[in-house]
Amino acid sequence: MSDAAALELAPDAAPAVAPPLLAARGLAKRYGRRTAMADVSFELWPGEVLAVVGESGAGKSTLLRCLSGQDEPDAGEAMYRRLDGTAVDVLRLGDVRRRLLLRTDWGVIHQNPRDGLRFGVSAGANVAERLMENGARHYADMRAEVADWLMRLEIDPERMDELPHTFSGGMQQRLQIARCLVTRPRLVFLDEPTGGLDVSVQARLLDLLRTLVRELEVAAILVTHDLAVARMLADRLAVMRDGRVVELGLTDQVLDDPQHPYTQLLVASVLPA
Amino acid sequence: MIAGYNFAYLDEQTKRMIRRAILKATAIPGYQVPFASREMPLPYGWGTGGIQVTASIIGRGDTLKVIDQGADDTTNAVSIRRFFARTAGVRTTERTREASIIQTRHRIPETPLREGQIIVFQVPIPEPLRWLEPRERETRRMHAHADYGAMYVKLYEDIARYGRIATGYDYPVVVNGRYLMRPSPIPKFDNPKLDRLPALALFGAGREKRIYAVPPHTPVKSLDFEDHPFRVESWRERCALCGSGSSFLDEIVVDDSGRRMFVCSDTDYCSGRRAKRSGAEAA
Amino acid sequence: MYVAVKGGERAIEAAHELLAQARRGDPQVPELTLQQVSGQLSLAVDRVMAEGSLYDRELAALAIKQARGDLIEAVFLLRAFRTTLPRLAVTRPIETGRMAPRRRISATFKDLPGGQMLGPTFDYTHRLLDFALAAGASAAPEPAGVPAEPGPMPRAPAAVDPAADVNGDARGPARALAFLDAEDLIERPPMTGSDDPPDITRDPLAFPAPRAARLQNLARGDEGFLLALGYSTQRGYGRTHPFAGEIRMGEVEVEIVPEELGFAIVIGEVTVTECDMVNQFAGSATEPARFTRGYGLAFGEGERKAMAMALVDRALRADQLGEDTGAPAQDQEFVLYHSDNVEASGFVQHLKLPHYVDFQSELNLIRRIRAGTPRAVAAEPEPAAAGEED
Repeated sequence: MSDAAALELAPDAAPAVAPPLLAARGLAKRYGRRTAMADVSFELWPGEVLAVVGESGAGKSTLLRCLSGQDEPDAGEAMYRRLDGTAVDVLRLGDVRRRLLLRTDWGVIHQNPRDGLRFGVSAGANVAERLMENGARHYADMRAEVADWLMRLEIDPERMDELPHTFSGGMQQRLQIARCLVTRPRLVFLDEPTGGLDVSVQARLLDLLRTLVRELEVAAILVTHDLAVARMLADRLAVMRDGRVVELGLTDQVLDDPQHPYTQLLVASVLPA
Repeated sequence: MIAGYNFAYLDEQTKRMIRRAILKATAIPGYQVPFASREMPLPYGWGTGGIQVTASIIGRGDTLKVIDQGADDTTNAVSIRRFFARTAGVRTTERTREASIIQTRHRIPETPLREGQIIVFQVPIPEPLRWLEPRERETRRMHAHADYGAMYVKLYEDIARYGRIATGYDYPVVVNGRYLMRPSPIPKFDNPKLDRLPALALFGAGREKRIYAVPPHTPVKSLDFEDHPFRVESWRERCALCGSGSSFLDEIVVDDSGRRMFVCSDTDYCSGRRAKRSGAEAA
Repeated sequence: MYVAVKGGERAIEAAHELLAQARRGDPQVPELTLQQVSGQLSLAVDRVMAEGSLYDRELAALAIKQARGDLIEAVFLLRAFRTTLPRLAVTRPIETGRMAPRRRISATFKDLPGGQMLGPTFDYTHRLLDFALAAGASAAPEPAGVPAEPGPMPRAPAAVDPAADVNGDARGPARALAFLDAEDLIERPPMTGSDDPPDITRDPLAFPAPRAARLQNLARGDEGFLLALGYSTQRGYGRTHPFAGEIRMGEVEVEIVPEELGFAIVIGEVTVTECDMVNQFAGSATEPARFTRGYGLAFGEGERKAMAMALVDRALRADQLGEDTGAPAQDQEFVLYHSDNVEASGFVQHLKLPHYVDFQSELNLIRRIRAGTPRAVAAEPEPAAAGEED
């Protein structure tokens, strides 16, 4: 029986639901004798934000690194549905096509702005570079678009010709977000995006991120150890421990009514406030 | 010719190795081919790459012209021309039209090159992406992926800061719509001459051990933006010697008060025009 | 009327004549002989041979004389000669374990079979200018072959250590590090990558470069550059906790195996200085902790060079040993691309060649930028004055 037929016959197949944007199956990764990630499977739907939470060493970063092509898993597949509707296994895409994907359809926002920005060139050039990587060759149009994006991220466009190191940590992070979103990616990887920031700055940044993600209908995988961040941004939540996903469900459901003992512990230890 | 050395100094095995690199470079326009650059009796930076390319392609029937800054009589051009006169005994010339091989540092002659000629450029730094990425492993990967977005960042920054693209020489080009290439430190004034040039252009970088090429009639496009198109420099002045208004001019300080005059950097072009003019006056 | 500068050829010839005069110096003073250079400036000759990668004392002495004592220029002369030489044969690896050392010290063992031997070293000289030398009187030569402290330790034939398998020859003392090796406390000499090492003078470097290529590069690298890099690792830019396990200097035989004979024959002897550095240990859950090694070798008496090279060799292995990287001495491309003084000297000094065309372009550009109205000035070339034609 073909897959299509199986789908038709499935009794509770939701009729009008779009196929998943990303479907990961059985992802595994070992470093020497240590298991960093084992049997990780999940689906990500267009426009959905999935948070991956857990303590450090739980395998969150390994998962993100493998999916975004910065590391190679030992087993598993990750089928990504491209704009033309065809699906590709991004783990076996090859360097050239994966990098193309990374600069067109995808975006990565790093915890440390130094990993996501060029500190040697102006803020404006940092945002424009993404446009130029995608073929933009009109200076004035790019300037206008960059200015627009800086404003959306509450950065004064007057400062677009300044170097990033003159910006505060929160501004650098917002600049990184502008650089990532300017090309309207369909999938964004967020690696502890509020990691190094003060609490008040964090809140503002999260608020901005939430608005933008909803507005642009961009799907995102958010890695964080901070359950409050997850609650604020994510539709669904995956809890990882020792390289495995121990619980996966709607964010509010998982946080308000955790099923797995580890999740219960995690929620109890962090959320009482 | 000096005794004890092979024709054109290099041994035949080395020449074959370099010719293979040249063939590969010509087959992949703009791609930098690593080659086993030899230690030459002239210092690195004096044109060892160009000299090795010339030595590998030159034959007894060739006529060689060597220029530096456009001039045949600058000391380094004289020195290289002497090197080949001594080691290969070939005919040398200062006339662009008469030369079958032109080795150059920093200029392309004003007289249009024709099919069958070969121009050999001396290249100090072959890698156009070097300014933003010092690592060879990384730049080779960027070339392999045609990952050139970052190169436009420099143009962007120039315009943001100076209102124009602030690169006057060694202005980066895209060859045949594929490889980003440094044309060697020629003034950008000379860039348009490379586009669909009827002659074969070979580039040799001795210290950096790279050879690359632009085959005849290959499109060569200087990087630019749609609203900041590539433009060459121009002078309000004309050549004080030959009156040319369309050649690259050197600015010469003629007295202590800083008075200037402008003359053609291409000495052969300039003297040719003067000869023609005096001929016309005599007639 | 302006006349463009001409006469490059005459100027060059005149410069060469002046150079010859300057090299000769005062004609009242007798001219240096190559024997004098090679015999009395022997460390200069050694350095030129090492960095010129050509073992020929006489040619190195000639190069030094011709270069007026400029050692980098002498290295360049020797290299340019070397490149024209045919490659007749590849020698077998020299066996430094079979060296009859004239100097041999270990900083890691107070005493060891074969003893410590100072040999001709500056180490314990007081750096006082010897005015007697200025007057032409040689200092009294010390008796050679006196063992260093501690105690009277006659230089005995090596006690053959069963662990020192590479030192099977009775001619030289056992390697100091063989004693650590016997206890499995130090890594085996790291593989250089292949039995058939690359020739960096015939093949362009590719990265990552195998250790054989790295060692070749360092062996002919500039002593000053390696010294500074090695020093930087000691000061914290890529620490390796080095100990000078053994330094030996002396003569080794050079052998080739001619195809028609099928066995090795000795074609001569070269002097080399070798440094085996013992460095911080590495280990993991599966691997027991062992000291690591850095290696340096230089033609002639080149102790500073060999030691610096060993430090840099070890630093360049940081990546492979899973250590934190990022210091200059650990960066292959940085070290290997900048170690060669002939390349560096050429490229730095080429700045004095004419660049007036490039500079003219910069002049034009800066004037336009300063004119302040970029768009207006960037317009089409000015129409030329009337009445002229091209």
